[in-house]
Amino acid sequence: MLDKNILLVIAMAPLAAAVVAGLFGRKIGRTGAHLVTIAAVALSFVLSARILWAFVQGQAEPFNENLYTWMVAGDLRMHVGFLVDSLTAVMMAVVTFVSLMVHVYTIGYMHDDPGYQRFFSYISLFTFAMLMLVMSNNFLQLFFGWEAVGLVSYLLIGFWFKKESAIFANLKAFLVNRVGDFGFLLGIAAIVMAFGTLDYVEVFQHAESVVGKTISIFPGTQWQLITFICIALFIGAMGKSAQAPLHVWLPDSMEGPTPISALIHAATMVTAGIFMVARMSPLFELSEAALSFVMLTGAFTAFFMGLVGLVQNDIKRVIAYSTLSQLGYMTVALGVSAYNAAIFHLMTHAFFKALLFLGAGSVIIALHHKQDMKAMGGLRKYMPVTFLTMWIGTLALVGFPGFSGFFSKDIIIEATHESHRFGAGLAYAATLLGVLITALYSFRLMYLVFYGPERMDAHARAHVKESPWVVTLPLIMLAIPSVVIGWLAIEPMLFGDFFKGVIVVRPEHDVVAEIGEYQFHSPAQFVLHGFTGWPFWLMLLGLALTSYIYLRRPQVTERLKKTFAPLYRLLRNKYYFDEFYQKVFVRGAVRLGETLWQWLDQKLIDGVLVNGTARLVGRFSAAIRGWQTGYLYHYALTMVLAVVVLVAFYIF
Amino acid sequence: MFSDWSLLNALIWVPIAGALVVMTAGAGRPGLARGLSLLTAIVTLALCVPLWQGFDTSSAAMQFEGAVPWIRALNIHYHLGVDGISMPLVVLTALITVVTVIAAWNVKKRVHQFLAAFLILEAMMIGVFVALDAMLFYIFFEAMLIPMFIIIGLWGGPNRVYATIKFFLYTFLGSVFMLVGLIYLYLKSGTFELAQWWSLPLSMTEQTWLFVAFLLAFAVKIPMVPVHTWLPDAHVEAPTAGSVVLAAIMLKVGGYGFIRFSMPITPDASREMALFVIALSLIAITYIGLVAMVQKDMKKLIAYSSISHMGFVTLGLFVSFILLAKGGNVEMALDGAMVQMISHGFISAALFLGVGVLYDRLHSRQIKDYGGVANTMPWFAAFFVFFAMANSGLPGTSGFVGEFLVIVSSFQGSFWFAFFAGLSLILGAAYSLWMVKRVIFGEVKSDAVANLKDMSAREFFVMAVLAVAVLLLGVWPEPLVDVMRPSIQHLIDLISVTKAGGV
Repeated sequence: MLDKNILLVIAMAPLAAAVVAGLFGRKIGRTGAHLVTIAAVALSFVLSARILWAFVQGQAEPFNENLYTWMVAGDLRMHVGFLVDSLTAVMMAVVTFVSLMVHVYTIGYMHDDPGYQRFFSYISLFTFAMLMLVMSNNFLQLFFGWEAVGLVSYLLIGFWFKKESAIFANLKAFLVNRVGDFGFLLGIAAIVMAFGTLDYVEVFQHAESVVGKTISIFPGTQWQLITFICIALFIGAMGKSAQAPLHVWLPDSMEGPTPISALIHAATMVTAGIFMVARMSPLFELSEAALSFVMLTGAFTAFFMGLVGLVQNDIKRVIAYSTLSQLGYMTVALGVSAYNAAIFHLMTHAFFKALLFLGAGSVIIALHHKQDMKAMGGLRKYMPVTFLTMWIGTLALVGFPGFSGFFSKDIIIEATHESHRFGAGLAYAATLLGVLITALYSFRLMYLVFYGPERMDAHARAHVKESPWVVTLPLIMLAIPSVVIGWLAIEPMLFGDFFKGVIVVRPEHDVVAEIGEYQFHSPAQFVLHGFTGWPFWLMLLGLALTSYIYLRRPQVTERLKKTFAPLYRLLRNKYYFDEFYQKVFVRGAVRLGETLWQWLDQKLIDGVLVNGTARLVGRFSAAIRGWQTGYLYHYALTMVLAVVVLVAFYIF
Repeated sequence: MFSDWSLLNALIWVPIAGALVVMTAGAGRPGLARGLSLLTAIVTLALCVPLWQGFDTSSAAMQFEGAVPWIRALNIHYHLGVDGISMPLVVLTALITVVTVIAAWNVKKRVHQFLAAFLILEAMMIGVFVALDAMLFYIFFEAMLIPMFIIIGLWGGPNRVYATIKFFLYTFLGSVFMLVGLIYLYLKSGTFELAQWWSLPLSMTEQTWLFVAFLLAFAVKIPMVPVHTWLPDAHVEAPTAGSVVLAAIMLKVGGYGFIRFSMPITPDASREMALFVIALSLIAITYIGLVAMVQKDMKKLIAYSSISHMGFVTLGLFVSFILLAKGGNVEMALDGAMVQMISHGFISAALFLGVGVLYDRLHSRQIKDYGGVANTMPWFAAFFVFFAMANSGLPGTSGFVGEFLVIVSSFQGSFWFAFFAGLSLILGAAYSLWMVKRVIFGEVKSDAVANLKDMSAREFFVMAVLAVAVLLLGVWPEPLVDVMRPSIQHLIDLISVTKAGGV
């Protein structure tokens, strides 16, 4: 069923288009650039959708084949190849669909930008990198895709390379990701040491064989090798999927054009870490300690980063912190062995988060690239399509029963509740309270942007209008799955055998199956049940609070800021992560470099050793040069003395 | 037609003959000098085609081998041959020389002498890689210094006298100790044949002294911490083309020396000293990485980056002894060291060329004089970002391959080897991309930057050739590794024996 050539086309078409648009952008012009990239991504999407459909129908067998041998080093054979199973198929479809929507949207958003062709080239390249990542059948190619999305995000965040803040943000994003990649690479190295192969299937087959093996990192301590591997790999995921404390790059990535934010936050890049852990479920299942670590990291991120979203005024930054928080939910799901729930939330989130970002972008275009929500308000009557679709995205994000986000988030909360993992209680509290926080920042955004008085200046108000169809069409196209995908996908993905044999969960860890047995009967019943649960009431509380504050008494916010001034400052400054990193790591490294260079290289090695030796030789010669007086009697005297010494030496 | 060693002879003597013609016919006629030099370089590169094709990748034996007695009294032979380790280095040398000649197109001062020096240099470097007689190797090894000395000394920057003397004395001091070692080995064995020395039994004491002698020579050459300080100075003062050859090829002679001399001749001492060399390598990777970050001169930055990258070569070479003892993937470590050498040849060449492109226009190498170059030189910016990424080891480029192999294999030696080596993932990106941020991105910094012209077709071509090489090697390194495989295995055989036991 699955054909190698079709898979090749899926992966290579965006690459080819990126090369064409990038190298020949001037020749083919703007239209040429967007046509060729959109055609390529559309082709990838159609083919990916067919593959996904085949898996949904149960007609497809997993495909696992090497394309070529990258290198053979000793007994380690490294290949480039594809593994396409149900998990890959979901990722491919999500990636290409969201990417396609972003491509179309870009025509409108980047309309006046001089770097139009370059932009299309980059986003197409991004799609290629992400596809290589998810379609890989080995750790080498995974790492290639892993770093390639890092590269393209670097190019895209710094797309407006004249902007100082943008080129600061892209360097920061790349370096923070490199910190994660550093852990990831050590994890891969440990895998090669433990298994002697980079091939997923071979590693998974022998996964059990490393149980009980240990690795000594500090003399006298022994770590479980499998725990080391999983945590090292997860550090990579923390970089890509922006988990605290490696999350700092993601809010800053807002410096790029909005379509990129949608692409990075929804479909590519940040989903890489979640996907990777789900893909590695046969390994993670063997280490309770690593899973606990994963879960707690996610819980911390979900709760604390959501809080920061409450105090942001930049429309894109609110959504960015919401992404951090939602990624935290996915990570919690991974940590409680609910890998399928994590992927499910990844998918629903991809749709509604892309929708929210593109909606925010539509608002931003309407206001001529203003992003401050303080200068918005009352936009609902000017931009009906954006307004309605943003509501759909918001309801999905807060998990209103029936919307896609409800299904996926409720399952994660339930699964955390069921879990007996170390620290699960804490994670449960964090995810539950996170619902309230999500509701607060989400409704706040809606109210500030679309309701209340119109706070923009007169010039902006005169020009506000709904965006063109290339912008609104993707919004509508993304709104549809934001509503329906939960209904369709929950049964097969979570309780059916869609992921059977792909995602491995030990029976004693399988909290999702427990939910399926006792609480889930059908999507409709699950929705009804949703109206009675804690999350729903917390969400309503959030709705009530924000409605009261932002529709009735806006002055309350000022009073809250004063009452909770220290907390407000802490949140405004994002817990001082940036300041801390800047002071300790960045300035520390620079100062260390300066010191080493000036003291060791210049003063010690060059000053004392090299030039010092030269000086010493010089001085020595200067001294003995004095002996070469040129007076004959000096030499004669020396000869006599030497003869005396020599004779004395022989005699005694 | 080339089954015998005439091909290797041609590779050495064609550039020399070309240099003589350029010197005589090209005097006062710069155009002719350039044309003839380019022709010579291209012919030499073309000679590499039959070399690569005629090379038997299934054999570890020396190929295209031949010898004639040279100094009978001392049993010195003019003995040439290549194996899988030297052959890629020969090809690299020929390729980089073509690149250099094209890059030196706009040199105005004494063009014929300048280009002739590079052709002579090419011959000497190829000679080093194909010499199988230790004395012949030594002569090429030292003779190589002379053209480079002249290139920096005559066409270099304002502080060139200090830099050349430092460069010359540093390297010369190192190699004098090697000469003592070579003479000792000759007295012991009665021959200068490298292959015979590989199987020569030596006591542990002898091996230790010899190892130290070789280490001094090659550690300076490659260079290793703490004998590296000549390199940044030499680079800063050297003309662009000189920097390219220095970084791309001359440093590799140090790595090649370790492979040909230290490791197989004194395997037991190497084993004993492996941890010491590994420690120096890890210091080079991290400490020099930090130092590179704070450089204000682009050439110095790239020079320090080279030292840091050469740390991977020495790490890969000497971690193999640890892996042999512990049972790890030795071949991977050695492959990594070799690939790193070739890859660094492309990447450092391109980066120095890039700085040269800027220097030709603004006459400054200071980072602070630039900013926003992407606005006026988009093509150049694209290339520079690409090579900076390759320099920070991005997968898909050749810069990744060597680092990946060395890090993954050294993990099998110790977690900490991989840990410190892996830090280059962060440090390499930090210094490369921070430079890119300050030079390439941002608002146009000054009127001078605003008036920059993008690359000429000539500059574009050179960069494109190197970019293709970097990509090819990154996407598919197997063809290169395939050539090296039997020779690497042979090397493993040589270093896994003990020679001290029999004495």
